[in-house]
Amino acid sequence: MYDFAYHRPKSVADAVALLKGKEEARPMSGGMTLIPTLKQRLARPSDIVDLGAIKELAGIKVEGNNVVIGGMTKHGDVATSADVKANIPALASLAGHIGDPAVRNRGTMGGSVANNDPAADYPAAVVALNATITTNTGKHTADDFFKGLFETALSEGELITSISFPKVEKAAYIKFPNPASRYAMVGVFVAKTAGGVRVAVTGAGPCVFRVKAMEDALAKNFTSAAIKDIKVPADDLNSDIHGSAEYRAHLVGVMARRAVDAANK
Amino acid sequence: MTISVAMTVNGKAVSGKVEARTLLVQFLREHLGMTGTHVGCDTSQCGACVVDVDGKSVKSCTMLAVQAEGAKVITIEGLAESADKLHPMQEAFRENHALQCGFCTPGMVMSAIDMVKRHNYQLDEATVRRELEGNLCRCTGYHNIVKAILAAAPAMKSAGV
Ligand SMILES: Cc1cc2nc3c(=O)[nH]c(=O)nc-3n(C[C@H](O)[C@H](O)[C@H](O)COP(=O)(O)OP(=O)(O)OC[C@H]3O[C@@H](n4cnc5c(N)ncnc54)[C@H](O)[C@@H]3O)c2cc1C
Ligand code: FES
Ligand code: FES
Repeated sequence: MYDFAYHRPKSVADAVALLKGKEEARPMSGGMTLIPTLKQRLARPSDIVDLGAIKELAGIKVEGNNVVIGGMTKHGDVATSADVKANIPALASLAGHIGDPAVRNRGTMGGSVANNDPAADYPAAVVALNATITTNTGKHTADDFFKGLFETALSEGELITSISFPKVEKAAYIKFPNPASRYAMVGVFVAKTAGGVRVAVTGAGPCVFRVKAMEDALAKNFTSAAIKDIKVPADDLNSDIHGSAEYRAHLVGVMARRAVDAANK
Repeated sequence: MTISVAMTVNGKAVSGKVEARTLLVQFLREHLGMTGTHVGCDTSQCGACVVDVDGKSVKSCTMLAVQAEGAKVITIEGLAESADKLHPMQEAFRENHALQCGFCTPGMVMSAIDMVKRHNYQLDEATVRRELEGNLCRCTGYHNIVKAILAAAPAMKSAGV
């Protein structure tokens, strides 16, 4: 790892000022992705701005019809939160299956969503629940936020401060975890909220995506039978040592049906 | 960038000067000479480096030493009451032959204690196996590790630790 200057601001405003003033400054939340990247010398930031001491970024609140989760909230805290379990149990369960207990004690929602790893779990929840991402400069809708492989709508120095998820009628997330890393080979989040039915897929493609045909079928009839004949084309899906694009396309159908069944339980 | 850090390790106040990039595990091993905490990978996957920071198990290879400023850290060296009285989890590992080369053992024991406490001393085999997700062992095949953890849970409860 190359050395860097380390900062631990106490407010979002101070963090943003530090990020702006430096040559190549990077924010750090849980460090569970950033530190391994630095160890491999895949990045060489001049400055690290640790968001860990910013109190306004942590915590979970219920506001009207939404559950609002601070950017610095750890996966383990989402998994065990009574508010998340009561209002969006599928989100608590998703968080409880990210990596392992030690990863969940440090890794954060803001860091995971900002990173937009193609195999990360949270992007599927954000898209399927049509969550709103709040930053220090404004708001992003889920559909506009995830742009492509590791690419998001965030601009330089823009920080995720919180994410607001609507309460659900029914929802479930089922992933086929890579047996070594536990990242999603394919993960499907199915949700029925006041806003309608959405189906979001992670792990299969270069970036999280929705399956409109499944959403339309489930809006009419929310059963796994309603989507049993809907196939996702393998054309743009990932192919690697873990599985071919065709295999992933097949898994999307299987995970989606299991998710609908789980949501109906 | 050189920074001063101070924290409590196994109940003792410690401090030192580190680079910003110094990992917590490097601080423990290289600055404090506490080599019980191991480094088994550079991908944050193996769990040989697990320590307790303010009551939470963390991979000390994926945390900067400066991030532990002011924290209470417990390592494998801080578990046994004395040279001949091991922690119930260490004792259970010995009893059940839960280690061969011993490389993964410090992290296994730290993760195991954390797991037992989080589950209120009540564990079943499936839970133990799932909770060991972040700890890799190349020798034992895990069976005896699982047995040891299941045996240690009631022992920890009756010992009040
Ligand atoms: C062994 C292991 C297993 C894992 N398994 C899984 C898994 O199964 N599923 C899964 O989804 N993930 C998994 N992860 C990744 C984990 O969830 C990370 O915690 C997460 O991807 C990044 O979150 P972080 O808080 O650690 O972010 P960091 O590592 O601190 O940051 C990641 C990136 O986001 C930027 N950033 C951080 N915070 C913000 C913010 N608030 N606003 C804007 N940008 C920000 C950083 O500059 C950096 O580029 C695993 C990680 C490890 C080490
Ligand atoms: S050395 Fe920390 S996880 Fe392997
Ligand atoms: S005992 Fe050798 S790696 Fe676990």
